[in-house]
Amino acid sequence: MMVGMERNQYDAECFLLYYLFSSERRRGKLAALSIAAMVILVGVPLWWKTTQTYRAWLPVAQINELAKLQLQLSADVEVVFARGTATPEQQKKVPVTQTQDEDHAVDEDTTLRYRHETRYRTATVMEEDALKQPTAAEADLSLHRLSESPCGSLVIYVIPESSSLLPENVNVYIGQRRTALLRIGAQMKVGKTLKQLLAHLEPRVKQILQVMSFSHNDITAALSDRVRFSPDNKESIADSMRAFKSSPGYEITFSLLNPDPKSHRLHWDIEGAVQTYIQPLLTKLSPVANFSLDSQILYYAMLGVNPRYDSSRSAYILNADSLAHVINPVEARLGSNAASSNPVLNFLLYVPDAHHSPLYIHDHKKREVQTNAFHSPRWGGIMVYNVNGFYQTGTNFPVDVNINMAKVMGVFLAQLRLLLGVQSTAPPSSFQVAPCGSSGLADWELDRLMWSRSVENVATATTTITSLAQLLDQIGNIVINDNIAQQVSSAVTSLQLAVAELEVGNLGFALQYSKEAILASEKAFFDPSLLHLLYFPDDQKFAIYIPLFLPMCVPILLSLLKIVSEVRQRRREKQAKKD
Amino acid sequence: MASYWNRNPIRVFVFLILTVFVVVRSNIPSTPGEGAEERRWEASQVGDVDPGMSVAPPHPHTNTDSFQEELVVRPLHSGDIYASFQFRTVWEADFSRGNKVSHYQLFPKSLGQVISKFSVRELHISFTQGYWRTMQWGQPFLPSPPGAELWVWFQDSVTDVDGTWKELTNVLSGIFCASLNFIDSTNTVQPSAAFKPLGVGNVTDHRFLRYATLPREIVCTENLTPWKKLLPCGSKAGLAVLLKSEKLFHSSFHSQAVHIRPICQDQRCKSTSLELRQTLNAVFDLHTSGQAKREWSLFKMFSRTLTEACPLASSSKIYIDITDNSQGEQFELSPASSLLSQAVVLGDRRTFSVYDLTDQATFGSTRSLNLLIRLKSTDGDMLRPLLHAERYVAGYGLQTGEIHTVMYNHHPYRSFPVLLLDSVPWYLRLYIHTLTVTSKGKENKPSYIHYQPSKDRLRPHLLEMLVQLPPNSATEVTVEFERALLKWTEYTPDPNHGFYVGSSVISSLVPSTVATNTSITQEQPLFSSFFPCKEELSYFVRVYTEPLLVNLPTPDFSMPYNVICLTCTVVAVGYGSLYNLLTRSFQIEEPSPGLAKRIANVIRRMRGVPPL
Repeated sequence: MMVGMERNQYDAECFLLYYLFSSERRRGKLAALSIAAMVILVGVPLWWKTTQTYRAWLPVAQINELAKLQLQLSADVEVVFARGTATPEQQKKVPVTQTQDEDHAVDEDTTLRYRHETRYRTATVMEEDALKQPTAAEADLSLHRLSESPCGSLVIYVIPESSSLLPENVNVYIGQRRTALLRIGAQMKVGKTLKQLLAHLEPRVKQILQVMSFSHNDITAALSDRVRFSPDNKESIADSMRAFKSSPGYEITFSLLNPDPKSHRLHWDIEGAVQTYIQPLLTKLSPVANFSLDSQILYYAMLGVNPRYDSSRSAYILNADSLAHVINPVEARLGSNAASSNPVLNFLLYVPDAHHSPLYIHDHKKREVQTNAFHSPRWGGIMVYNVNGFYQTGTNFPVDVNINMAKVMGVFLAQLRLLLGVQSTAPPSSFQVAPCGSSGLADWELDRLMWSRSVENVATATTTITSLAQLLDQIGNIVINDNIAQQVSSAVTSLQLAVAELEVGNLGFALQYSKEAILASEKAFFDPSLLHLLYFPDDQKFAIYIPLFLPMCVPILLSLLKIVSEVRQRRREKQAKKD
Repeated sequence: MASYWNRNPIRVFVFLILTVFVVVRSNIPSTPGEGAEERRWEASQVGDVDPGMSVAPPHPHTNTDSFQEELVVRPLHSGDIYASFQFRTVWEADFSRGNKVSHYQLFPKSLGQVISKFSVRELHISFTQGYWRTMQWGQPFLPSPPGAELWVWFQDSVTDVDGTWKELTNVLSGIFCASLNFIDSTNTVQPSAAFKPLGVGNVTDHRFLRYATLPREIVCTENLTPWKKLLPCGSKAGLAVLLKSEKLFHSSFHSQAVHIRPICQDQRCKSTSLELRQTLNAVFDLHTSGQAKREWSLFKMFSRTLTEACPLASSSKIYIDITDNSQGEQFELSPASSLLSQAVVLGDRRTFSVYDLTDQATFGSTRSLNLLIRLKSTDGDMLRPLLHAERYVAGYGLQTGEIHTVMYNHHPYRSFPVLLLDSVPWYLRLYIHTLTVTSKGKENKPSYIHYQPSKDRLRPHLLEMLVQLPPNSATEVTVEFERALLKWTEYTPDPNHGFYVGSSVISSLVPSTVATNTSITQEQPLFSSFFPCKEELSYFVRVYTEPLLVNLPTPDFSMPYNVICLTCTVVAVGYGSLYNLLTRSFQIEEPSPGLAKRIANVIRRMRGVPPL
């Protein structure tokens, strides 16, 4: 009895204890769970929010669209039939416009489409009069006076076979502006059908377009920033690498190198020469870029190589192989422009010292270079100017030398045209190209340059923007400030506008927008604020966090683990009971 | 370096990405490789381009630039020797009203571009290594403070002077290879009176003036090379062949400077031209040169001799100061020169022996000039400079201190006013109410005080005072300051070295007994014609005091991390106990039987008796 009662009491105590114990355990479990929930729901987002780097929104979708570039270049061509080239019936039947498309896939991301919109019409009376001028040049001038065609477009006048404007063996005359004269072939006598006539004209018009407007070679060369292309021969590599890359501005520096001021007192009228020869070209080129000009005289500036003495000619010779070493010692003296960061085109006029005079440059085939000058791609040009003609027997040194600037500037102007990318691809033999006038640049040459510059700018800006977007995407530490986002957006907008303008054939606007795009994209790409937090290493971050996070997280994790294992155990027990 | 890279693999990675990226961007056009290399040099063909214009007639050329060079050598009483070079290029181009001039002859293009781009009217820049000891060496021809000093007057057409100044310092920093880019608003002041334009012009509105010093700047060969490049003959001919850095920087004092200012073209001063003066001063120490003989020669000083003048120079001269040596009692000079010249320099009429390098006879039969100065005796007193100043920090501890500036007037009977300029960084907080000026034990009230208080991290203190110095006296200016606590990122990499405070500048018109020539037309040696002189019986002197080195309270720089660790530990301990309280369950545990009881039970079990 006694024992039973004791036992009962003991059971009740045990039950009470057990009950208390289990409710206590439950409370502990609940506390641990709610703390873990607090940490996950409040702590982690708070920590995430407060330690985040600021990244402004970028137009990623539009940038990705730009990564796939579809460029369409459109040019207007007007074909004008002069009297005697088409019969009245033919003229009535001539289609008003005709569009020709040419598609090229340059690589998987870049496609090109050239569109020539050809309009046909007959010559007006005044144009007929203009075509009656005695020479082609005069005809060109009076046609230009009648109407001025907009930038990027062309007018081709088809003149009868009997016309005396062109010499015998010349079929095409390319003028100083945007006009060309095309003499119709002898087999195209009146009586052929219109279809035959147009078929006859088409290849010739195409040839003219190749010369006067964009050609596929130019455009692919301009895309070199985007597309890795493998040119066929060395010639085209050299051609494509010679010209300076497109830039919103260039500095042109003329330097007169006088290594021997004791013997030569040199005078050059650079101010006048620049005004006469260089400035007209630069004024004409002003839509393409801004130019600034300066000049300096450097004394005791030596070339890097010792020229070899050729006793047979009693002259000093610089070989083409050694020209590569000429510039470096001089370049240290040239100095960079402190006031701007545009690329510099250097033109050096070197007057050899009295002991190394005369000095001639020999090319690879050991022939004397007629101009005694050479140029270095994307750097500038050097001309050697011999003054030994001024020495007479018994002259007292120093000799006063007045430099013939016309001779010098002729060479420098040619080099400047090459370095700026005004290419003069050799036209077919039956073509006659008018000599460029006082400005040193024909209108159609400027158009060609503007086509390739716009395409080059678009290519460069798209590459810059897409690689910037890639970089920002890959490295999460970089802060993207609002001004960078704004630059990127404006670059993207300008790019889209430039592409659209190219498509409709507004060359001037296209170039303008492409320049804006390149400026904005470069500004965003080289912004110093991108680098501020770039080098904040993760190991240091962890070193700072560990003292706080380790003691806080370990108990939470342990109690969570314990809860999980208990839950599993109970489930297993239940399972066992069921079985 | 390697360990640094190893420690930061992420950085290396990022760097690689950037590098690769840049390479790719620049590489594409040059992929063709060797073929391109071969074609890099091409002969120019002038076929299709015909300039086709009337050939411009060769203009009667007017070479308008001129260049002069000169070297002054003065044996000092201590046996040391003072050599002062001056090169002067005058450019007859008038920039003053926005003319764009871009054709350069003798004037260096880099400086010309800077002047026209930033509309600079006057520019003075000096780099100095060592301190000029006025009491031992006398007054220098051109004074300069230790470190770098830059002061610029802008044209009054400049609208954003501070922005232009910032850009200008960055460009000059590139040109002279110096840390001038550290000039910012915290060390730039606009003195109201101490730095007047030295060239012509009537703009004296000090809004267009900026003055800054970097007393910490170390001057070495990398600053000399670009400086030499500005000379028309470079270091190829003329006096500049002597400027070899291995000797110049093995000296007790070295100072090089560039001064650009507009000057009058002629007496009527209708048009101005731009003058560029490049000066270089050095004091060579007799004892460090390690030679027993008490003699100096050009070769011993510069390890070169002279063979020719710069062919572009209109004058090229060497002056040896022989004022104290009229009978040859101090030193012996060979080869002797028959040419003597007198010039009034710093209020004193000095006699010089002149060597004209444009004259072939100067070089003699050896075709090389190596001036030899054999020192004989050391006695004879140096003329004591009339104005002299020094400065030091007094006080103890790291909280407060006191700056003392002492100015001496050694003139026996004349008093004269001086203008004291002090620019003190913001982290020394001046108590301007403690400013006292005393001479001869009495208070000396300044007749003009211009004080601009500092703003933390924005601008320094500027204190300018006009003080009358009584004859034969020392005037002491004291001001107390408190040292500020900097933020931990504001300390220099070696904070325990201390912080420099730039020199005080004392400018004065010192009365002299010798009439100074005030006309600008008469041909004068360059060294005596730098400071414009308006009165006959006084001369302009600028004296720089020593820079100060002040210790600031410096924290232990590992502290931020220690603090983080400590706080985190405290937080973790508090959090841990709270967490335990909240989540642990408590239960009563049966007290376990004592050790004796357990042993007894074991024994009982062995005996077969029920346990206790």
